[in-house]
This record gives sequence, C-alpha cells and structure tokens, in this order.
Amino acid sequence: MQTNAVDHHAHDEHHHDIGETKLLGFWIYLMSDCILFATLFATYAVLFTNTAGGPSGKDIFELPFVFTETMMLLFSSITFGFGMIAMKRKDVAGLKRWMYVTFLLGFGFVAMEVYEFHHLIEEGFGPDRSAFLSSFFTLVATHGLHVTAGLIWMVVCMVQLNTKGLNETMETRFQCLSLFWHFLDIVWICVFTIVYLLGVL
Amino acid sequence: MFGRLTLDAIPFHEPILMVTMAIIMLGGAALVGGITYLGKWRYLWTEWFTTVDHKKIGVMYIIIAFVMMMRGFADAIMMRSQQVLSAAGETGYLPPHHYDQIFSAHGVIMIFFMAMPFIIGLMNIVIPLQIGARDVAFPFLNSLSFWLFVVGVVLINLSLFVGEFAQTGWLAYPPLSGKEYSPGVGVDYWIWALQISGIGTTLSGVNFFTTIMRLRTPSMPLMKMPVFTWASLCANVLIIISFPILTVTIALLTLDRYLGTHFFTNDMGGDMMMYVNLIWAWGHPEVYILVLPVFGVFSEVVATFSRKKLFGYTSLVWATVVITILAFVVWLHHFFTMGAGANVNAFFGIATMVISIPTGVKIFNWLFTMYRGRIKFTTPMLWTVGFMITFTIGGMTGVLLAVPAANFVLHNSLFLIAHFHNVIIGGVVFGCFAGFAYWFPKATGYMLDEKWGKRAFWFWITGFFVAFMPLYILGFMGMTRRLSQHIEPQYFPMLAIAAFGAVLILCGILCQIMQLYVTFRNREALRDVTGDPWDGRTLEWATSSPPPFYNFAHLPEGNELDAHWYQKERGETDQSRDYQPIHMPKNTGAGVIISAYALVFGFGLIWYIWWLVAIGVVGMIGTWIKHSFNEDVDYYVPVEEVKAIEEAHKARVAGASTKPVTNNDDEDEMEVEYAN
Repeated sequence: MQTNAVDHHAHDEHHHDIGETKLLGFWIYLMSDCILFATLFATYAVLFTNTAGGPSGKDIFELPFVFTETMMLLFSSITFGFGMIAMKRKDVAGLKRWMYVTFLLGFGFVAMEVYEFHHLIEEGFGPDRSAFLSSFFTLVATHGLHVTAGLIWMVVCMVQLNTKGLNETMETRFQCLSLFWHFLDIVWICVFTIVYLLGVL
Repeated sequence: MFGRLTLDAIPFHEPILMVTMAIIMLGGAALVGGITYLGKWRYLWTEWFTTVDHKKIGVMYIIIAFVMMMRGFADAIMMRSQQVLSAAGETGYLPPHHYDQIFSAHGVIMIFFMAMPFIIGLMNIVIPLQIGARDVAFPFLNSLSFWLFVVGVVLINLSLFVGEFAQTGWLAYPPLSGKEYSPGVGVDYWIWALQISGIGTTLSGVNFFTTIMRLRTPSMPLMKMPVFTWASLCANVLIIISFPILTVTIALLTLDRYLGTHFFTNDMGGDMMMYVNLIWAWGHPEVYILVLPVFGVFSEVVATFSRKKLFGYTSLVWATVVITILAFVVWLHHFFTMGAGANVNAFFGIATMVISIPTGVKIFNWLFTMYRGRIKFTTPMLWTVGFMITFTIGGMTGVLLAVPAANFVLHNSLFLIAHFHNVIIGGVVFGCFAGFAYWFPKATGYMLDEKWGKRAFWFWITGFFVAFMPLYILGFMGMTRRLSQHIEPQYFPMLAIAAFGAVLILCGILCQIMQLYVTFRNREALRDVTGDPWDGRTLEWATSSPPPFYNFAHLPEGNELDAHWYQKERGETDQSRDYQPIHMPKNTGAGVIISAYALVFGFGLIWYIWWLVAIGVVGMIGTWIKHSFNEDVDYYVPVEEVKAIEEAHKARVAGASTKPVTNNDDEDEMEVEYAN
C-alpha cells in the first residue's frame, strides 16, 4: 500500500479492481452459505413432524418474543444501511454512529436467542429430546452463530476504522460485512416464516 | 487431561501397523535430518510453505496426491490379497475390524486425498496461465485452502498409529457410524479429516470461480477460454453448490455423535435415509467435480497432439454445462433400493441415462479431433486414447446400473465396484496422469522421460483391465462388496486374476517412480528451454517453463481459440515492448498457522481433549484477525527485475534455437488447412 503511492502512475485501476473482485468473491461465498442454510431448512422440513412424543412447535414457540427478536434484526439491517450511506458520503463519524447502533441491535438479537435456547433446555426441551428439536436448534443456532461471527467482524472493523481511517480496503470490508448482514436478515425472515409462523399454525 | 487418549491408542499388538509406523518414522527422521543437514528449512518456509504462488501451491498439491496414492494403493493390494487368501480357505492376515478400516480408508484417501488434490493441483498450475493471469483472485485463501487440506491428510494418516480409522465405508452411513455402533475414534477421525479439508475445498471453489470470472486477460471472452478452464469453471460451480451440503451433513452427524441429537438415529424421530440422501446430493456432483476437469485435460491433449483445432468447441462447452446441471438430479440412483417407489426410481434412472448423451457428445468431439489429424502418440496422448476406450466401457456399465430393476440385483455387488473403478481409474486417474505428463514441463522446466512413461501407461491399462474385468463377472456371480472372511471358494479364480491385475498396476506405479528418477538423472537433456515443448495451442505455452513468478511480463492476447497457436502462426510471440512494474501478492504464513491451529482443534475434538479445542478455536480466529490487520500484502516488481528475467529467458531460447524444434513446416500447413 505504501509503495503504490510512490509509483501509482503505471498501475491503472488495479486497486479498484481488487475491491470489485473481493465483492464478487464474497457474493459467491454467500451463495455457498445459502446452500448451507438451504440444506438445514430441508433437514428441518423432513424432521419437523418427528416430535417423538415431545413438544411440537405450537407448544414451545412464543411468537411475541420471537417477533421482538425479529424486529431487532430487521432494524439492524436498516441501521447498517444508513451506515453505508454515511460511508458513501465519507462521513466517518456517521458510519461509526450507525455501526454502534447496529452492533447493539445485533447483540440484543443474539442475547434474546440465547435466552430462548436456555429457557427451552431448562424445560427439558433440548436438542436431544427429539429429531424435531435437533433440527430446530441446529437451524436457528447456525444462524445465530453467523450473527455472532458478524458481530466479531464488526468489532474488528471498528477497531481498524479507528486506527487506519476509511481507506479503500476498509470500504470493501464494510461492503462485504453489509452484504453478510443483509444476507443473514433474509435467512432470518425464512426462519421466522418457516419455523416460527408455520410452527404455531 | 488427555480425554480419551491413552497409551492403549497406539496399536502395539498390530505388527503390520507397527512395521509401517517404524518405516514412516525412519523415513520421516531421514527427511527431517536431511533438510536440517542441508540447511533448507528457511528455504522451505519462505519459498514453499508460506508461498501464495499458484504454481508452487499446485506442485505441492500434486506431490501430496502422489504420496497418498501410494498409501491408498497399499490398501488396495492388502484388500486384493486378503480376498484371494480367504477364497482359498485361509483366514488371511486381516481380521474384520482391520479390513473394514482399510476399505474405508482406501475410498476416503483415493477420492479426497488423491483425486481431489491432483485435480485442484492441476487447476492451480494451469488456470491462471491459460487465462493470462498473474495469480488467483485470492492468493492468501489459496494458501489457506491448501494447508487446510494438509490438515485432513495429517489426521487421516495419524489415525493409522494413534487410535483407529472408521470401519464404516467411505461415506460412513448411520446408524453404523452413530455413537451407538461406532463408539471409538474412527468415525471422528473421518469426520474431522473431511470437515476441515472440505472447508478448504469450498474456499478453493470460490477462489477459482472468481479468478476465472474476473482475472482473464482483458481480451478473452468466456467463449474463447481454453476448454480445461471451462471444464474447471463448471467443476468449481459444482464445488460451490455441493460442498456446503457435505459440510452440513457431516456437521449433523457430528452433532449426533457429540451432543446426542437425533438427526440420523434409530429412535426419537431420527431419519437415517436422510443422511444417505444428503451425502449423495453432495456425492454425485463430487464425481463430476473430479471428472469434468479431466475431460478438459483430454480436450487440450487431444487437440495438441492431433495438431488440429478441437472439433466442436461450442458443443463441448455446452455438453459440460449440461452435465453440471444434470449432476444435481441423479443422486437417488445411488440407493434405488431405498424404497422411494417406482415413479421416483424411474425419474432418477432416466435422468442418469440422459447424462450419457452430453458425455457421448464429448467422446465424439475427441474422436473427430483425432480424425485425419497428424497424431503423435506421446505419453499424454496414450493416456487419452486409453481413457476413451476404458471410460466408454465404464460409462456403458453405468447405464446398465441406471436401470432400477437391474440395479436391485447388482447394487452392493462387485459389479458396482468394477463400474466405478472403471470410470474413476479409466477417467479421473488416467486424466490426472495425462495432465501430469502434459504440464510437467510447464511446471518444472523439464520434460518427463517418455520411455518410462509409456511403460507405466501399458502396465496401468493392462493391469486395470486384468484387475477389474473379473470383478464384473464376480458381481454377476453374486459376490457382494466389502467381504473379507469365509469367501466362497468358487470366487477364487476370478479373485486371483484380479490380484494379479493389481500387481500389474503396481508395476505401472513403479515405472512412474522410475520415470521421475530417470527424468531427474537426465534433466539436462530433458530441459524445456522454449517454454513450448509440445508446440502447444493455449496461452500457458506462451511463457517460459517454469514461468516467472509473475507468469507474463505482458498480459497476452486471448481473443481467439488456440490463441497461442495463431499468434505463433502470425509471428506475434515476441513481446519486446516496454516493461511495466507488476503488481504481485506477498507471501504470508497466516495460512499455515491457521491450519496448524485447525489441526490442534480437530485432534482435540477427536480425543475429547477440550482445552486443546479451545486453543484451536482461539488460535484460528485470532490468527485470522491478526492477518486482517496486515496491510502489507502486496508489492510492485520493479521494471529492472522483470527486464532481467525476460532477457535471460530470451537469451536461453536464442542459445537453444539450434536444436530441432518439434515444429516443422508441412505440418503447419496441414493445420491451417483444417483450421479454416
């Protein structure tokens, strides 16, 4: 990075290209992640009636709670979007502000999910109770782990933003993280619809 | 403190294993001692282990593939001999629990740790050169993919001496692979070896897809890409779509074994047939991941050595794309006996037969390329012709197996074993060897010795037919797979012939080792000075052998098929224009370090050593984060360095031009006649 300041005349739009390539690569990674979730959804679809005498979705899902959780994640997508708009305007302070809000919403989502899991396991409805619960816990927890990874990534990006400032590398990273975050949002909408809404029918 | 790991895990009472262990330890000590004595550790670390150069990573993949082929083949010889002994009424030397580990390891090694690295190694070496790029899209990820694959190799080899390997067959079907029936560490070794290397493979898929989409030389449209690159693009799409399914499937089995969930268990609502569906939803695309790139290899080889443009480029590309799509709608033919019903079976049977149409298109593409060509029977060409005959037979037995009614009789029999070895050896392995011989000069700068190469080919192909044709017959006689004890005496003659075939293949492998030795001995005479020893057609031959680390001083033009050939025809190969500084990635050790933690992580999980697992997780994430802080990841090669390297290459070519080159005029005229 330091060297190209010296002789950048010869290097056309190489660095811009690298950012574009990273974004395409990240899209492709997201699509493979999408297959990963699709497989888990398929597993859930096969197993969700196999309650083995244990509870079904209707018995254990608390929609108002999950709805709150869902809203937190959806709003975190909006705030991330505002952050990206601030980044486009090179408004670093605005970007930081919106990222803090996003982080808090995301953290709240994960905390609520952990609480829900803890509660279910306490009641004796852990993942080892039935095939339905195994697939429920695995699908939802995989999403939760992704959100957690996103949160860690966000912390790292914020530290780097503070130390390095908003250079091209950082812009690409925030763009990738934003794709990741919105992607998890879409997956969660599927989780909410297929697992929770159809579950309480 | 050490979980399940005690001294009992080391198989002191198994003489075969202890002797192997002693040999490997002596060999390893000699290797380490040798490297230390020569003072090469720093060289290995800076030039190889931390490299992000796609060519070096490719070479390392292929070296490991060869080593693992030896191990997988040793397993094969042991199985063949045990079956002969057993059919002769002896007990043999392999008790069932050991034999079952051997056939499981054989399958896993040959697919995941021999065929896959060979293919990915070829992709690494060839794709960037064919598309006129200077490296892959994500060089660090490429290094990480490789080292994660190495972790898988280390784990599966460790299972020989510490603990045991799975006794479940290469796909570890539950409930046999569940906790209840396989309480030991064998299945856990299987799980973590595949999971860790599989994640590396997914990353490779993303990397190569992006590379081909984004880094082609600016003048090269998709429909002017060399066929190997096209076939690899399709294979990488298959990787991106199918490997996440494998990741999930193995993860669910892991949860069943570690946390007591009920995905695939007998009770509490588990559904073990779901495992079989999931694993084949990955497994069937996997065979096309292996075979599509080698179809690409054959296409390059057949055009080069027939000295003609490939017949029907467009149809071949579309046939490849059609196979890519159909690969996802045939998985159920691996278990017609599941009881899905006649209509479902008919659908999958017909879909399977339909795949033979685009594959047939390809066979005709190659045949018509050879038709009236000026064919040179070099080693790569021999492998190609051998493939066309062998693979066609394997394909036809595949169509037989695609008939559900016939499949009910033949499934799980040696007929099936013969079929898939017929297509995998006759297709993938021959293709790997063809690609190895074809691109060896490009990767190393030396031609392979032809005489020993041809000997290897003849031993391999005869050995293959002698070893596997009897298995078709045994299948019809009713012999099922994976038998090791009390085998029917009437199977003895065919098993004896098959064992003899395995010995012939062994001779083939010995010829290959001899070939490498002779090549090393005669390296000066075999040196490829021009960078284009076969009078090649595609852009990888437009640079020196081995290429400079930046591949091309000037990005080549790629706006036509067989671009390099026509550039030679028009005399456009001299690139003495102004040199420019070249943007290149810097080496990094992060891939090695993350993978080392992944090894600690996997080993800890296998043996329930939870503090090791914690170290592994923290280490992996921490190293990744630390790596993300490093912005010193690239640099510019100064003009003077590029110029010095290029001038030195030109001087060598000029010095060698007195030697007769393969090119001669009347052949070229013939080419022009056919090409137009």
